Amino acid sequence: MREGYFGPFGGRYVPETLMAPLAELERAYQVARRDSEFQNELEGYLRDYAGRPTPLYFARRLTEYWGGAKVYLKREDLVHTGAHKLNNTLGQALLAKRMGKSRLIAETGAGQHGVATATAAAVLGLRCEIYMGSVDVQRQALNVFRMKLLGARVRPVDSGSRTLKDAINEALRDWVTNVHDTHYLLGSVLGPHPYPTMVRDFQSVIGREARQQILEREGRLPDVVIACVGGGSNALGIFSAFLADETVRLVGVEAGGRGFEPGCHAARFRGGSPGVLHGCYTYVLQTDDGQILSTHSIAAGLDYPAVGPEHAFLRMEGRARYVAVSDEEALSAFRLCAQLEGILPALESAHALAYAAQVVPNMGRDAVVLVNLSGRGDKDVQQVAERWGD
Amino acid sequence: MGRLRACLSGSREDGRARLVVFVMAGDPDLDTTHELVLRLEEWGVDAVELGIPFSDPIADGPVIQKAAERALAAGVTVQRVLDLVERIRQRSDIPIVLFTYVNPVMRFGLDRFAQLAKARGADGALLLDLPPEEADGYLQACRNVGLETVFLLAPTSTEDRIRRAVEASSGFLYCVSRTGVTGEREKLSSEVENLVARVRRVTDLPIAVGFGISQGEHARQVARYADAVVVGSAVVRRMAEGSREEGLLRVRGLIEELSSGLSGRGWR
Repeated sequence: MREGYFGPFGGRYVPETLMAPLAELERAYQVARRDSEFQNELEGYLRDYAGRPTPLYFARRLTEYWGGAKVYLKREDLVHTGAHKLNNTLGQALLAKRMGKSRLIAETGAGQHGVATATAAAVLGLRCEIYMGSVDVQRQALNVFRMKLLGARVRPVDSGSRTLKDAINEALRDWVTNVHDTHYLLGSVLGPHPYPTMVRDFQSVIGREARQQILEREGRLPDVVIACVGGGSNALGIFSAFLADETVRLVGVEAGGRGFEPGCHAARFRGGSPGVLHGCYTYVLQTDDGQILSTHSIAAGLDYPAVGPEHAFLRMEGRARYVAVSDEEALSAFRLCAQLEGILPALESAHALAYAAQVVPNMGRDAVVLVNLSGRGDKDVQQVAERWGD
Repeated sequence: MGRLRACLSGSREDGRARLVVFVMAGDPDLDTTHELVLRLEEWGVDAVELGIPFSDPIADGPVIQKAAERALAAGVTVQRVLDLVERIRQRSDIPIVLFTYVNPVMRFGLDRFAQLAKARGADGALLLDLPPEEADGYLQACRNVGLETVFLLAPTSTEDRIRRAVEASSGFLYCVSRTGVTGEREKLSSEVENLVARVRRVTDLPIAVGFGISQGEHARQVARYADAVVVGSAVVRRMAEGSREEGLLRVRGLIEELSSGLSGRGWR
């Protein structure tokens, strides 16, 4: 396969100004990933600072309640700052520092990636600015304040739909302008090459740990691995370790929102078609005239019109399957997980649990299902409270 | 030689740098764009970059972003912009470059886009987020019908990238004056003169400079070393304020100011 492509998907569709900086980033990353000093430093931060390895937890009460396969949760919610995002931001921030960049910029939707970037910037002594749609700034006030406490500057974005997609537009515009001293710390397996590959590699620690842990616990591989897919970095992080295991079914769960009319969901594989957004060729929600559609999900981290290009490839190859669950189904799973396991999952991760709720009851008791619990739901408590009116 | 290339190369005969103006098609409606293009020709503008709006214009500053939003709100599509070209062609021979992002064109179909653009009378096209590396299918589609291609170069472009862009281009090379997005600036960056010199070393194609040019003084500086000067946001902003007539009057003033600096070049 050509470098930077996943079958026909991926590539580098950016204005000329960014082509040389992307090539420079690619070279720096290729050197760093083979450099044991870099890898040791990253491992050190992941272990001592982020809290890795994260546990693999047997969800006994969910398993009993669903009455089918055994359910295991990979506890990325226990990573420092509350989600898998820090795996990637520590990796990229270390790389940026190595490249002599003094400033990090990033986009954020719900604020999790913004917080994880601000955290990595703080611990590594880099300046940090976070772009966030002004609609998201309002509905995620707590995370905005967290980022400010961590020393980052938060820049509200007032263009377009004023959400994640527009925050990425603005971050790219900043990067085009300030490439000499700035690294754009993209938060998912999206964007121009090398981001989809690099972010997947930094997140693949999830799958490496989980595969070893499930083998230790069950003496066998899981039958199904389930993860939510916004851009899809937590999903690729866990899928990557099982790609060669043909017996393991991989399922990505997109946001079905409140229905399948345009603008009401973020299920790119259901309502989208191949196109280019933010530097890569992949499945995109768009109009017949190639304009990008707005999206909706109760989970801000899934509320984005394009999916990582490697997911488009895995789907084309039939290696992974993609489904969508609704806001309501995700909310039910959120409540169920809280009440049966004492874990508040992020609304994003609740989408993966909601799909588990559909398939686990129909599987045999000796079957094993692995769900990536990509983040914790404390950030969502207020939103859920408003929704339930109490 | 295509009409676009011929137009910009003309600067080498008479020593006057060509003036290229960007307009967003359908901002605020297609009739206004039609009239604006005809007037621009009347006022001495040499070629027009006709923007096809895209919802996520990552290379554009706020002025052109807003123009794209207005055009999309007015229901502008790729098809309607191509129809506008045909309407302009009934009254004018001014060279027209279509200027947009790759996704609307891909969605329309690369071959269908190139064929229809050519049939309607467009001379060339530039897709801001399509570097030569990703352009095989697009280049083939354009070559099949004789639509001239234009690629960007930036101060960050390496010698290798300059050669690639030169190979892919048939109309002209568009040198971006600085790292950054489109939009007016007080001072023109000095890095672009060096970039133009590097490009000249490897091609005879005409070279245009754009991004940030908004005053007569900028045009005068660029005209000393480039074949053409591209002005965008400064025109779009003037059209966006007040009535259509007021806008046209302000644009006319700007064109006069810019034109006054285009003669008397020094590079050859």
